[in-house]
Amino acid sequence: MIANDEVNLVVRRGTVHALVGENGAGKSTLMKILYGVQKPDSGTIRVDGKELSFSSPSDAIAAGIGMVFQHFMLADNLTVLENVILGAEKLHGNSDGARAKISELATTYGFEIDPDRLVEHLGVGDRQRVEILKVLFRGARTIVLDEPTAVLVPHEVDELFDNLRDLKADGITVLFISHKLDEVLSVADDVTVMRRGTTIATVDPKQTTARQLAELMVGSELPSPSTEESTVTDTPMLTVEHLSLPDPFGGRDLLTDVSFTIHGGEVLGIAGVEGNGQEELVESIMGMLHASGSIKLDVREIGDWPTAARREAGIGYIPGDRQRHGLLLDSPLWENRILGHQNREPNIAGPFIDRRGARADTERIVTEYDVRTPSIDTTARALSGGNQQKLIVGREMSNEPSVLIASHPTRGVDVGAQAAIWNHIKAARRQGLAVLLISADLDELIGLSDTISVMLRGRLVAQIDPQTTTPQQLGAAMTGAEVLS
Amino acid sequence: MKMDLRRVGLSAAAPLLAVVFAILVTSIIMLAAGDPVLKVWETIFSEPKPRNLTNIINSASVLYLSALAAAVGFRMNLFNIGVDGQYRIAAFVAAWVAGEAWLPGFLNVLLALLVAMLVGAMWAGLAGLLRVTRGVSEVISTIMLNAIATALVAFMLRKVAVSDSNNISTTPIPESSRLEGFALIPGASNTVYTMSLLAVLAGVAYWLLLGKTRFGFSLRATGQSETAAVAAGISVKRMTVYAMLLSGAIAGLIGMPLLFGDSYSYGVTFQPGLGFAGIAVALLGRNHPIGIAFGALLFAFLNEQANPLQIRAGVSDEIVNIIQGVIVLSVVIAYEVVRRINNAAEQRKVAQQLAEGKVLAGTSEGVS
Amino acid sequence: MAAPTASAPVSAPTPSARSRKITLPWVLLGVAGLILLLATLRVVTGADDVASSGTLRAAIRAAMPIALAGLGGLWAERAGVVNIGLEGMLIMGTFGAGYAGWQWGMWAGVFFALVFGALAGLLHAIATVGFGVDHIVSGVAINVIALGAAQYLADIAFTGKPGGGPTQSPPVEPLPTFDIPGLADFAKEIEDKHWFFISDTAALVGGLTTRLSLLTLLGLSLFVITWWVLWRTSFGLRVRACGESPTAAETLGVNVYKYKYIAVIISGACAGIGGAFLVEDASVYRDGQTGGRGYIGLAAMIFGNWRPGGLLLGSGLFGFTDALRLRSGGESVHALVLLIGVVLILLTGLLLYRGQRGQAAISLLIGAGLVALYLSTDVIPDDFTGMTPFVTTLLVLALASQRLRMPKADGVRYRRGQAG
Repeated sequence: MIANDEVNLVVRRGTVHALVGENGAGKSTLMKILYGVQKPDSGTIRVDGKELSFSSPSDAIAAGIGMVFQHFMLADNLTVLENVILGAEKLHGNSDGARAKISELATTYGFEIDPDRLVEHLGVGDRQRVEILKVLFRGARTIVLDEPTAVLVPHEVDELFDNLRDLKADGITVLFISHKLDEVLSVADDVTVMRRGTTIATVDPKQTTARQLAELMVGSELPSPSTEESTVTDTPMLTVEHLSLPDPFGGRDLLTDVSFTIHGGEVLGIAGVEGNGQEELVESIMGMLHASGSIKLDVREIGDWPTAARREAGIGYIPGDRQRHGLLLDSPLWENRILGHQNREPNIAGPFIDRRGARADTERIVTEYDVRTPSIDTTARALSGGNQQKLIVGREMSNEPSVLIASHPTRGVDVGAQAAIWNHIKAARRQGLAVLLISADLDELIGLSDTISVMLRGRLVAQIDPQTTTPQQLGAAMTGAEVLS
Repeated sequence: MKMDLRRVGLSAAAPLLAVVFAILVTSIIMLAAGDPVLKVWETIFSEPKPRNLTNIINSASVLYLSALAAAVGFRMNLFNIGVDGQYRIAAFVAAWVAGEAWLPGFLNVLLALLVAMLVGAMWAGLAGLLRVTRGVSEVISTIMLNAIATALVAFMLRKVAVSDSNNISTTPIPESSRLEGFALIPGASNTVYTMSLLAVLAGVAYWLLLGKTRFGFSLRATGQSETAAVAAGISVKRMTVYAMLLSGAIAGLIGMPLLFGDSYSYGVTFQPGLGFAGIAVALLGRNHPIGIAFGALLFAFLNEQANPLQIRAGVSDEIVNIIQGVIVLSVVIAYEVVRRINNAAEQRKVAQQLAEGKVLAGTSEGVS
Repeated sequence: MAAPTASAPVSAPTPSARSRKITLPWVLLGVAGLILLLATLRVVTGADDVASSGTLRAAIRAAMPIALAGLGGLWAERAGVVNIGLEGMLIMGTFGAGYAGWQWGMWAGVFFALVFGALAGLLHAIATVGFGVDHIVSGVAINVIALGAAQYLADIAFTGKPGGGPTQSPPVEPLPTFDIPGLADFAKEIEDKHWFFISDTAALVGGLTTRLSLLTLLGLSLFVITWWVLWRTSFGLRVRACGESPTAAETLGVNVYKYKYIAVIISGACAGIGGAFLVEDASVYRDGQTGGRGYIGLAAMIFGNWRPGGLLLGSGLFGFTDALRLRSGGESVHALVLLIGVVLILLTGLLLYRGQRGQAAISLLIGAGLVALYLSTDVIPDDFTGMTPFVTTLLVLALASQRLRMPKADGVRYRRGQAG
């Protein structure tokens, strides 16, 4: 499969250049090629006019390119110093030399990090600084940051951007990958848009609006989930009261006094920067984590029920990480149809698996939900992300749930699949389904939700009416800076 | 359902190649050591006599049980290294119970079987409990439990033993509870253990339980992805304990064919080391009931045919351990390589078929 | 293949933030406490061999093969490769030491043990690192191959040789031993006085200074070298990074495969030298000589929290119980039962104080059981004596496994190009 096709990208020295594109647009693959982790089939990379080919990260490092990955590449059980000097131990002499270099860099760019602390004791913002230190320590003149703000809280984002401006002032080039348009517009000097593996255009952020960028990202028309008539009833389907979850490792509570009610036909959207308790909330409702407080499915208290009982009582679950939580990657599709429904029709006959029933129903899902696959005996691993997700959505809708917990239902899927999944959720809502929607995609939240609650540090801090809000306002609310309504 | 011939072919070729490779490696070792290579292979691959055939079947049935015990764990991503200890402690207790002969004739046999499964399950369950409650890796705990079982059995054996001149063992089981076996191979002076049937029964039960039931599905799902199992509402802790209990119960049966068909008591000479051989056979057979059967027969065949090596070729019969070890190592490597090839091939194929429009989903429109 | 991948817990446990530095005063205090405990035990129970220099010497001898196997485990697991093939590598070591030791003397034996162990390590590395086979599976296979290879080779090499046979080598001349002059005699004098604590300390000194084997010194120096290399050099940093986060190492241009290979080969070499210890101790290679010590070494390493110091302590524990069994057996272990019982009951108090009621109950139950066992018997049967190290390990793991910190990517298959 071709992840990148005809990518053209020119980055000027001493600038912040943003690369934007949807999930799956090929940004990460491009990064890996730039950093020598993957090899391109064709094409050239030139640094300062010199043509280079990278067969391993060492080559990229030697060419002065440094990479800060979205998922930090740090060894938790090593100290900051060890993480920074790893692979370049002798670059600045002995370990005293390295230590001196690190404190010099730290002073220059205002990082306050004790080099002898274990990385596992650092917060997210500090970890990112260690990543940047790693790159600077090697004398990189070009720094690539892959989705650096995804895991940061707002003030950390501001700090990061200050750091980036300092770096730029020192003549260092920054390639900044993101899909958060407002951030891109605020920090970048140039913006290049990628779509479906190719670069579409390079624009000047001063003369471009977020809306224009977004349209470039997804193609001519923006498939925004159009709002339609409210189908909210006054039957409470899922009532959560005073849900709290302490951090098992003694940190700040993961959830604090979370309460809400979702009625039949209602979609409650949860907005928030990732890592503010959304996953914990979902897993508590599913019974995978044990939070204190009350969870009611219609009128039944299910707070003490095991996960299987909750699912059988009518909760469908689209997990945020489909590969880890939603699928058996090495099993055929029809066995994946059974997963999570292993105690229910049409998959079972007494204590046995009803192979025929499960297969027939998998065929139905494949047809109704447009899962593109040659056969239901294909393993789940072989399908594209969008088709995997459509299978999961079909499976979770199949026993007519009364409540659907959908965590990032369209993350990493192509635009077509995204529209299809949205349609399915809307159709089910009309039938009276109650949906808890967690998403990082603000358009999705605004388009699908009847109500939006903002989650910050384990609390629901604000309620927003999706009819009257914009992505910009919602984004501001998520930072906790401004509380609307 | 369409069979994917290429995939099946690759999977079958892997063990064959591994065996050929093992023969090659062993030949080189023997050449280097100056042993008569051809003579060795001639002896090993000579046609077995009826009596040897019987021995092969007997020994294969025992290996089969041992491999099943390991395979149950493997399917669940658990390494029950402790099959060895489980079967020895179970065989001892069962031999003692059977020797006491509280029940008459066949009932005594049934009781002993039940006791063996129970004791095996308990010993393995200990490791399962330690894992789910205390987070102790089952690899380490079962190794420790193996050693503890050895000491415990030695101690108890001395307590209950009847000693004749040079062998201490439990009271022999009464004549009425001994199983004569059946003359399956014409012309053989010895018989196939009646309890070899246990292997067949256990194999069918394994296939049914793991492949066809809800329980088996949950077990396999947990083995494949613990995180997905949790999200699907499968209790991983409970499945862990169940899998260990099941594995231990099968392990408990390993000693039974020998006990009722051959030795009639548990003594210091009771065959050791069957547990580790079982792990090897399970790997060879890819945890599949039929594959394991082939693996068990192959190992039993090699063991039996290597016996006369010392006399006929003047070569230590330990060479067979090298062959078996190399087979196992090369077969797991081959399976790993095949798995990667298959995954890549399937992804290519799916992409290609989708490009050609060969998809199940007829309409490109979903319900909307 | 369908065989399982090494299991990883659903949510990776984050260790407690409290991590105390182990400094020299703490170690000395611990040693003094231990001596005091043993001295008390000796006086209370009258089991004199619990803390004699002879027992300590025997303990060191019994501990060294386990310690070196464990050191092998440490190298491999620090680089992220679980090595259950240590037993096989130990076996290869015993054969190498037996053969070369008989032919050309013990030093040659040590060298061959190292080489044979390293070869087995290389095989493990090829399977696990090169081909990405599950580590446990490969380890099990290596144990089978090594056992067969040693038996086969021994049959060829030793049959018909004077003093040898298919399962045993001709005698091997052990390395000379020496006393540290002055200290050894003085310690012996004090020890014979049987003064509370003082004589016991002298026994410890005596055990460490009398009839020392050069091989023991070599073994102990390997521990120092390992610590220095792994924690003080850039090579060691890269090895440890491979065990903690191979993808991080890869993105920094570290050739992860190379370091894993090297570490696993060193792992085999260490275990091989452990085999040489067994041969030296028995003055002969014997089939089945290792007796599962490779596995025990692995357990000792886990007991020691993947650190050289802890591993040495764990091996010492195994060696000590082993030595007791060999010396006055039943009586000494009988005394030890009381000690463990009392310690567990004391631990109950601590656990209750920390609010861990479940653990406290288990601890109290076992402790009370052991004390009752002590009071109701006079001597522990030999079989139970042999069991002590294993039961102890299980108990330690059961009570403390949450506090252990294994390398984060230990046992995880790593393929190049998956970073990012």
